Amino acid sequence: MAPHLRKQLVVVGHGMVGHRFVESAISRGLTETYDITVIGEESRPAYDRVALTSFFEVGDKALSFLPTGQYDDPRVTLRLGTEVVAISPRQRVVTLSDGEDLAYDELVMATGAAPFVPPVPGHDLENCFVYRTIEDLEAIRTAAKKAKVGAVIGGGLLGLEAANALHQLGLETHVVELAPRLMAVQIDDMGGRTLNRHIDGLGLTVHTGAMTEAVLADKKGRVERLALKDRNPLDVDIVVFSAGIRPRDALARAAGLDVAERGGVLVDESLRSSDEHIWAIGECAAVHGRMYGLVAPGYDMAEVVVDRLLDGDGEFTGADMSTKLKLLGVDVASFGDAHGETEGSLELTYQDAVSGVYKKLVLSEDGKRLLGGVLVGDAEAYGILRPMVASGMELPENPEELILPASRGGLDLEMPDEMQVCSCNDVTKAQIKHAVSDESTLNDGSPCADAVCVTKHTRAGSTCGSCKPVVKKIVEDYFAATGKAVDKSLCEHFAMTRQELFEVVAVHGYNRFDDIIAGHGSGRGCDICKPAVASILASLLNHHVLDGSNRILQDTNDAYLANLQRNGTYSVVPRIPGGEITPDKLIVIGEVAKEFGLYTKITGGQRIDMFGARMEDLPAIWKRLVDAGMESGHAYGKSLRTVKSCVGSTWCRYGVQDSVGLAIELELRYRGLRSPHKLKGGVSGCARECAEARSKDFGIIATEKGWNLYVAGNGGAIPAHAQLLAGDLDKDTLIRYLDRFLMYYIRTADRLQRTAPWVESLDGGLDRVREIVVDDALGLGTELEAAMDKHVESYFDEWKATIEDPEKMARFVSFVNAPGVPDPNISFRDERGQIAPADSDGPVSLGTSIPVGAPQ
Amino acid sequence: MVDEAATDATFEAVCRLDQIEKEGGVTALVRGEAVAVFRTYEDEVFALSNYDPFGKASVLSRGIVGSKTVGEEQVPFVASPLLKQPFDLRTGVCIDDPTVAVPTYAVRVVDGVVSVGARRGTIQS
Ligand code: SRM
Ligand SMILES: Cc1cc2nc3c(=O)[nH]c(=O)nc-3n(C[C@H](O)[C@H](O)[C@H](O)COP(=O)(O)OP(=O)(O)OC[C@H]3O[C@@H](n4cnc5c(N)ncnc54)[C@H](O)[C@@H]3O)c2cc1C
Ligand code: SF4
Ligand code: FES
Repeated sequence: MAPHLRKQLVVVGHGMVGHRFVESAISRGLTETYDITVIGEESRPAYDRVALTSFFEVGDKALSFLPTGQYDDPRVTLRLGTEVVAISPRQRVVTLSDGEDLAYDELVMATGAAPFVPPVPGHDLENCFVYRTIEDLEAIRTAAKKAKVGAVIGGGLLGLEAANALHQLGLETHVVELAPRLMAVQIDDMGGRTLNRHIDGLGLTVHTGAMTEAVLADKKGRVERLALKDRNPLDVDIVVFSAGIRPRDALARAAGLDVAERGGVLVDESLRSSDEHIWAIGECAAVHGRMYGLVAPGYDMAEVVVDRLLDGDGEFTGADMSTKLKLLGVDVASFGDAHGETEGSLELTYQDAVSGVYKKLVLSEDGKRLLGGVLVGDAEAYGILRPMVASGMELPENPEELILPASRGGLDLEMPDEMQVCSCNDVTKAQIKHAVSDESTLNDGSPCADAVCVTKHTRAGSTCGSCKPVVKKIVEDYFAATGKAVDKSLCEHFAMTRQELFEVVAVHGYNRFDDIIAGHGSGRGCDICKPAVASILASLLNHHVLDGSNRILQDTNDAYLANLQRNGTYSVVPRIPGGEITPDKLIVIGEVAKEFGLYTKITGGQRIDMFGARMEDLPAIWKRLVDAGMESGHAYGKSLRTVKSCVGSTWCRYGVQDSVGLAIELELRYRGLRSPHKLKGGVSGCARECAEARSKDFGIIATEKGWNLYVAGNGGAIPAHAQLLAGDLDKDTLIRYLDRFLMYYIRTADRLQRTAPWVESLDGGLDRVREIVVDDALGLGTELEAAMDKHVESYFDEWKATIEDPEKMARFVSFVNAPGVPDPNISFRDERGQIAPADSDGPVSLGTSIPVGAPQ
Repeated sequence: MVDEAATDATFEAVCRLDQIEKEGGVTALVRGEAVAVFRTYEDEVFALSNYDPFGKASVLSRGIVGSKTVGEEQVPFVASPLLKQPFDLRTGVCIDDPTVAVPTYAVRVVDGVVSVGARRGTIQS
């Protein structure tokens, strides 16, 4: 194999933690130096195993973390349905189930854990299951159709989840637990008993202190009965084993890596195994011998390894094993030192046998600090209590208030800023407040306005969800304290969002601002609503933006079809589709610049800008350009700017498709399209991505099979990488999706909201966009495409139309009463052989001697 | 608001009213100075120096004209095309920063012809 220039990283296992590792590797830039290959044994990409039980209700799609089955970073390859069968640390090679060998520089094991099935006779009969994967649940569902009674072996957290599932499937359900109480790891005797009562009340039968001796079969070899030690056997049709989990460390063992006494790949606090190039994270890892069966510690481990591979010194220093869950409708939570194992600790309990609530707090010896606790039946306080343990903050005077029902007092705690609110994602209260106060949180220069946005930005609440109420409360408190009402009005004249305004205009078929503000607004409008209405009208009507009464709505750039510069002059940018230009046109641009004394510069958008044009010269400049076959580049408009291209397969030895051809076609298709903010595109001829397409609102990267379409990227102050919307498209499909995407954006985005923050603001984000654009879930597809076709058909060059219309031309004068006199306020200096604006100290007077014509 | 030197002699005809769009503006050269002349939706006409003191450029006539609620009042205003600061058309005072004002000029419309008069004294607000 040829030596790789880029380093190769292989991840074994595409579960929750393996996925988080890849996400973090992408966002933290590890893929700048590494190609990542992820090998996953399951047929599906990673999904939310924590929410596995909801599979019956929501299906596999809703659980998936990666519905496309592909990361939108082309340097990550995901191979599913493939197992790693061997690791050779000496050769640094892994062998796959299909026989292929993969070389690695670094190997990350994220193989998770497997359910432990006690070796009782009959454990492998046909209707015996485990509860770990979507396939397991599918099999259980199928079997349940022909069954009446089911038993779950194991009354721990997962066992109760499984029991819940059987119950939901309509089976008479038994829980068989060896220990004297349910959830022995997490909660205490009293809590267990309270939980027991709840579960009994729901019609499930709990057998604690019961040992399973065998699963017995009928004559046909199917499960018939469960034999219990010293008890009557149970007649059952289905058995689900949930008696704990075991780290999947077989690969590591076979490869000669050190493993922990109780199982798990032995790693140190950097998550490095006994081989320096092999790391282990998640449930397969045993950090200094200890294994963690929750997802939050796994996520922490993933971050540490990414950090290490980036030469950081991150360490995994243990984890908060607190849990909160709703089992069969019963809240159960356990946090910190739930069993009061700290020396001298005190316990405070509250119990209400009638309503089935049990709460226990474990306090430090001096009663000042909270060490842990158990909540059964009502776990509302968990969101507040768990972070109190983590932050070690001092307790209030009467700590019992913390567990009394709200009606009997309860209390509103002022949490310290440094308190960790989300333990799954290590987010503090300060970070949440920052997200709602810092202007740079969102791309449009505004902070988050609600808790949903905060969750997206900080991840707080995105994993187990138990901290969500607290996140929401912090956000609401913050807004209450700062007196900020969340107002989505466009401006004082229109009490509606841009999207609502768009609908109003479209539905009524308005074409004049006056009618719109008279019917739906107040006052006479301003510099916010007028350009917004102008843009909406332009998107809907495809008319000339300077037609009739619309002229006065336009922002100054649109009003003069050029970009206003600091000294009151304008810049002129002819369209150069895809960046491709003939020498003749280049010469014309040079000649025009020379003739009108303009400064020229190559822009960041692959074209040429001519600066310093006086307003009254604009028509003559355009005429020259139009005559030479050029047209407006809309550098001034909230509209399509450029579709940047790389040279592509025509010349480049790596290119696999004609990127220039496609870029030109797209630029010509969408030119002149008015939108809520500017739109930029890019097309690269191969995965090397020389066109930087993924930093554009729509970016297209050629593949051997077609085109990958990425959407919602931008540069600017808050750069965003475009995300993969759909892969390997043929050109027609690509254009269809793009038409839909752009039109949907135009209709629903906020004013001055680029595509990235727009996608982020949609409920469901990119998945929602995919539903609408690719799956056509709203049935809007044809309508959106028709609207785009209409735009394409009615396109005309604004410059040409302006110079041909005397009425429009009348406005391009320096002074209404002295059309030929240049404004004396504009002057230039010389810089590197070209003009530059000279700074002005105040208005300049020409003196009274200039003869001025009277109006005719 | 008294036009201090609003004698007939100081008024200079600059254009016809119909040369200014409703809620639009033009620049006129009046005694060597660039003056922005605006027409509101109600056909009121105002004249301000064309020089934007924030952006330091002669551009105000190219701004968007509209109304803003200030206290109880609907104030006719122009937003600078450079950095969008709003100026009260009647007084020239910047609505967001009343310490800054642009000079205003007397203006009148007679028989459909707009004339600009003398620059007014600074308005104390
Ligand atoms: C001329 C040019 C700089 C240059 O000399 O290279 C330029 C000049 C301006 N950019 Fe830009 N941008 C130029 C390429 C870019 C690029 C690079 C690109 O397009 O590949 C970016 C980053 C990519 C992107 O947009 O995501 C860029 C990101 C911005 C932003 C930030 C946008 C954002 O979403 O954060 C602004 C501010 C805005 O639009 O609100 C901005 C705004 C502006 C304005 C309109 C600022 C203004 O209000 O005057 C400048 C207009 C100058 C003019 O009169 O022409 N310009 N600007 C480039 C014109 C490209 C063209 O051919 O049309
Ligand atoms: C029903 C249920 C409820 C749960 N509830 C909670 C909860 O409320 N809170 C909580 O924190 N945790 C909960 N968990 C635990 C949580 O799901 C795990 O901690 C988490 O999934 C661990 O992630 P992981 O990536 O280490 O392992 P996994 O998610 O299991 O991923 C490992 C992946 O590696 C694959 N793999 C293994 N060996 C190979 C190989 N040789 N080659 C290729 N691929 C391989 C496996 O097929 C698997 O897809 C729950 C688990 C279950 C089953
Ligand atoms: S992206 Fe690929 S095809 Fe385009 S120039 Fe770069 S290497 Fe060549
Ligand atoms: S604590 Fe789990 S998502 Fe925040």
